[in-house]
Amino acid sequence: MAEAASLSTASHEPGSPWVGQSIPRVEDAALLTGRGRFIDDIGVRPGTLHAAILRSPHAHADIVSIDSSAAKRAPGVFAVLNGEDVKALTASLVVGVKAPVECWPIAVGRVRYVGEPVAIVVAADRYLAEDGADLIEVQYRVRPAVVDPLAALNLDAPVLHDGFAGNVASDRTFRYGDPEQAFASAAHRISLDIRYPRNSCTPIETYGVVADYDPSDDAYDVLANFQGPFSIHAVLSRALRVAGNRLRLRTPPDSGGSFGVKQGVFPYIVLIAAAARAVGRPVKWIEDRLEHLAASVSATNRATTLSAAVEDNGRVLALDWDQVEDCGAHLRAPEPATLYRMHGNLTGAYDIRHLAVRNRVVVTNKTPTGLNRGFGGPQVYFALERLVQRIAVELGLDPLDVIMRNLIPADGFPYRTASGALLDSGNYQEAIKRGVNEGGLAELKSRRDAARAQGRLYGIGYTAVVEPSVSNMGYITTVLTPADRRKAGPKNGAQATATVAIDPLGSVTVHVASVPQGQGHRTVLSQVVADVFGLTPADIRVNTEMDTARDAWSIASGNYASRFAPAVAGTAKLAAGRLSERMARVAASQLNTEIDDIAFAGGSVRSKRNPDNKVSFSRVAALSHWSPGALPDGIGQTIRETVFWSPPELTAPDEEDHINSSLCHGFIFDFCGVEVDRTTLQTRIDRYVTMHDCGTILHPGMVDGQIRGGFAQAVGAALYEEYAYGSDGSFLTGTFADYLLPTVAEVPDPAILHMQTPSPFTPLGSKGVGEGNCMSTPVCIANAVADALGLKDVELPLVPAKLAQIVRGDEPMPAKGRAIEETAKRGGDRHLRGKGEAVVGAPAERVWAMLLDPETLQAVIPGCQNVEKISDTHFRADVTIGIGPMKGRYRADVKLSDLDPPHAVTLGGSAEGALGFGGGEGRITLVPTGNGGTAIRYVYEAAIGGKVASIGGRLLDGAARVIIGQFFASLARKVGGNPDAQSLPSLLSRALRLFGGHR
Amino acid sequence: MSRLQAGRRHSVRFSLNGKPCTGEAEPRLLLTDFLRHQLAATGTHVGCEHGVCGACTVSIDGKPARACLTLAVQIDGCELRTVESIAPSPDRLGILQSAFKRNHALQCGFCTAGILMSLDCFLRAHPRPDEESIRDLLCGHLCRCTGYTPIVRAAIEAAAELVDHGKEKTDA
Repeated sequence: MAEAASLSTASHEPGSPWVGQSIPRVEDAALLTGRGRFIDDIGVRPGTLHAAILRSPHAHADIVSIDSSAAKRAPGVFAVLNGEDVKALTASLVVGVKAPVECWPIAVGRVRYVGEPVAIVVAADRYLAEDGADLIEVQYRVRPAVVDPLAALNLDAPVLHDGFAGNVASDRTFRYGDPEQAFASAAHRISLDIRYPRNSCTPIETYGVVADYDPSDDAYDVLANFQGPFSIHAVLSRALRVAGNRLRLRTPPDSGGSFGVKQGVFPYIVLIAAAARAVGRPVKWIEDRLEHLAASVSATNRATTLSAAVEDNGRVLALDWDQVEDCGAHLRAPEPATLYRMHGNLTGAYDIRHLAVRNRVVVTNKTPTGLNRGFGGPQVYFALERLVQRIAVELGLDPLDVIMRNLIPADGFPYRTASGALLDSGNYQEAIKRGVNEGGLAELKSRRDAARAQGRLYGIGYTAVVEPSVSNMGYITTVLTPADRRKAGPKNGAQATATVAIDPLGSVTVHVASVPQGQGHRTVLSQVVADVFGLTPADIRVNTEMDTARDAWSIASGNYASRFAPAVAGTAKLAAGRLSERMARVAASQLNTEIDDIAFAGGSVRSKRNPDNKVSFSRVAALSHWSPGALPDGIGQTIRETVFWSPPELTAPDEEDHINSSLCHGFIFDFCGVEVDRTTLQTRIDRYVTMHDCGTILHPGMVDGQIRGGFAQAVGAALYEEYAYGSDGSFLTGTFADYLLPTVAEVPDPAILHMQTPSPFTPLGSKGVGEGNCMSTPVCIANAVADALGLKDVELPLVPAKLAQIVRGDEPMPAKGRAIEETAKRGGDRHLRGKGEAVVGAPAERVWAMLLDPETLQAVIPGCQNVEKISDTHFRADVTIGIGPMKGRYRADVKLSDLDPPHAVTLGGSAEGALGFGGGEGRITLVPTGNGGTAIRYVYEAAIGGKVASIGGRLLDGAARVIIGQFFASLARKVGGNPDAQSLPSLLSRALRLFGGHR
Repeated sequence: MSRLQAGRRHSVRFSLNGKPCTGEAEPRLLLTDFLRHQLAATGTHVGCEHGVCGACTVSIDGKPARACLTLAVQIDGCELRTVESIAPSPDRLGILQSAFKRNHALQCGFCTAGILMSLDCFLRAHPRPDEESIRDLLCGHLCRCTGYTPIVRAAIEAAAELVDHGKEKTDA
């Protein structure tokens, strides 16, 4: 059976390279002892203030008014800024398509998603800032919201931005080869409609920003756990209305995970920087978890129709993609990059020469999207690899045979795909062969057969995936027409930078603009540079902090697109190599030999022919400091070398929209066996095998770590995680009890296999490996589940309720005859509905009178502080209601209508508070029971939104029932003193049971 | 039991990593904020502030607890231990920490402090745990980097080593 890459620290043979060894990480000791320096661990300048952000409870609404006066008077509050205040200090963020649309980091006049910033409160500490935020009163005029990307295309859909055509931010068609002819001639056209959901890699550390503004210099100094790309620095400078050299952007030494997500901190850099300017003091903001889940960024959700022109034997001649990308409420930089990152790779691992593509980008009332591990890959491969499985099923072929039949030939590299990617190297057939043998596919098939023989639901899934890495900074311009691109000028490349410096004692320091978030860059760079200089990794000190005012950087700097191993580490090797070449000349002159005879080894620079003829590395290295005059002519210095490296293969899109979107292309072949429980429809991953070819492996332990980490996140995306929205745009997954991350119990141990086909395009032969399983694993699991259940349409996440819906249809309605009956809720329906009955020992006239009496209402409404009678049929009340962990005060407005005394009345009303809002209507009918009593029957329908829906969503149904039940129970008590002994306790107990049992 | 007044600072006396410690806290101040921002013990991290992720786990009177669900005033009179206490000396890692390093059981290291504290409490109370009970314990922690397997390996190795270590001590 295959072994995972060796993790043990290999004993290092003298003279053998450090690269390729799993040496211990230099990062670990500090992190294990609590001495990490994450953004919230670092001290701030005295006088630094703290920000809290008031956010929209509505998905789509006009802001009628914002009253901050009480907040501004609150103790410790220094300033409150709203959208207009921020607008006065900044400019709109650049939007990535040509359209007259603005994009502000805070709502200006209108909110477009739940969680959109509405005001910033700056106070002496965070607690006081949040107190202040609670005192801001915002009046909204709610607009209809659109949540679904296809619904956003409808002509009658609510429109988010006037500058787009409807909600379409971009609509481009592409044609490569002759797809029409291929579809006309092929024996089969096989199609699939796909919905890829919203999810996020959710780092455990949230966003953080500390910003300062110096008015005497008109310059900002910002510390943020931003991850790049630093093309965003240009966006920030423009938004802050300063030249690039007046925005100093720094990153802390440690960052608690990012996976792309911390690119999305940038709008908050603008907000907090503006706040610092407004208040004249440094301002710090650390995002909380609800803010992060609701309003940081998510991956895009996408609706795709993919068709293939297929021959009888499963050979695919052409693909036709129709993708509708949902970027949320604003098109924030670098979107719509998620859609175009894979543009060169739309044919995957397959040799398909004909391709038609329609790409539409829409805006909806959801959180704006941004970078997320896999970036476009999960969405593309879910469609493509589901389709490959469907081709096999529909043509009665083995899915693995269909994969094999279509692979790019092993002798075809470098291979130019139909849409322009240049696949650098690989041997996909060999990788699959090894994966099948070493991963034990035959044994897995026996397990499947045995399980099926017992009547169990067992399936096998496969995926073959090309994993792109080192993004071409120009790929995003493929969204523009060739004419627009000509106007804008070419964009391309992927500048990586590395600086190697030698100090006066001859020790070596490396700096790169790679901004790691846990990937161990410092360790790997120490290996790479140690090999060049013949030193040990412990001799090399690596600094990966980033400071745009001091360091060498460019727009491609940062940690994304799996660019570290192929681009950054290679650039460090080049920089060290340039210094070592010059040092070799110095040493050659000192040792009286030729440059070709010089070797760096064991801490010395020596003659290869005569190893005893040597000089210590540090002595040669330091000469440039102490005695520059002693250097041979023309050497210059050996103190510091900075290399900028951009691969020539990354050219701008051409006139026919061919784009080499990435430099390197690894290969992944996955297969897995899953069992779906017949009763619970829970999916269990029985075995998972993942075969990787990521070129030369620099540190096997870290490659293993990247694969495992990506795999775990992919298991989450496949089975558990979804940023869920109600049909009104309410955000429903605001806690880790709603947005379910897999724990150790849910993540199986994958079998990891490797082969190494070096990239000819990178200095070290390495390719990216960090994102592959986020692309391959969700669809591999989905294919296995589809195989187990015989399904055509599979939607992620594969939660049991969703599978039950597919397999068994709608859940039957509960049995009749219950006092409280739940109306079955369809997905996304945000309405709470219910009905009930309470019987009291008093006549209807008495009950009627009490229903209209403020004093009675105050006594019977749960948590009611006071009731104000505006008119006979209009009341206002202050109520405090606790729902789950959320206890809050709401201002309620209740109107009575359709009065039919003493038989029936309709109560309609709304409530609004810091924790959310609600509205609803109920009809109460009073029916004499015959023995002098009255049956109070009620039906209601209510909708609740805002924070309380995000956090307490799971509890709302039950809580509403309990609260309404309590209202009638108290009313009954107040009316008669002795409510029907049978009915009320059972009503309450049933309500409570439902409440308790709803989770 | 004394009743604390909101808006007033109350004196909190406790022991932090074996040393007596005094601070002042309003009743609503979370233990996480108290530790990190008043006492500069920043090793304890804040991940979710609703008790799910486990990054803020500390030991209160020998039992693991979520510092984000604990008020600073609640630890008056308690013995509090945090990740800063685990290493035998500033330049050496403890057995558990070394096992984490050896097994690549951390990447970004943000969730690590809480996991170490849970395991530290657990292994003190259960010196010979089986893998199942270690996995069970680790279910209370979210890690987004490692895929968990290396953490489980590290915990198992550390448990075995701690038993040997204990034996040596007894033998000596």
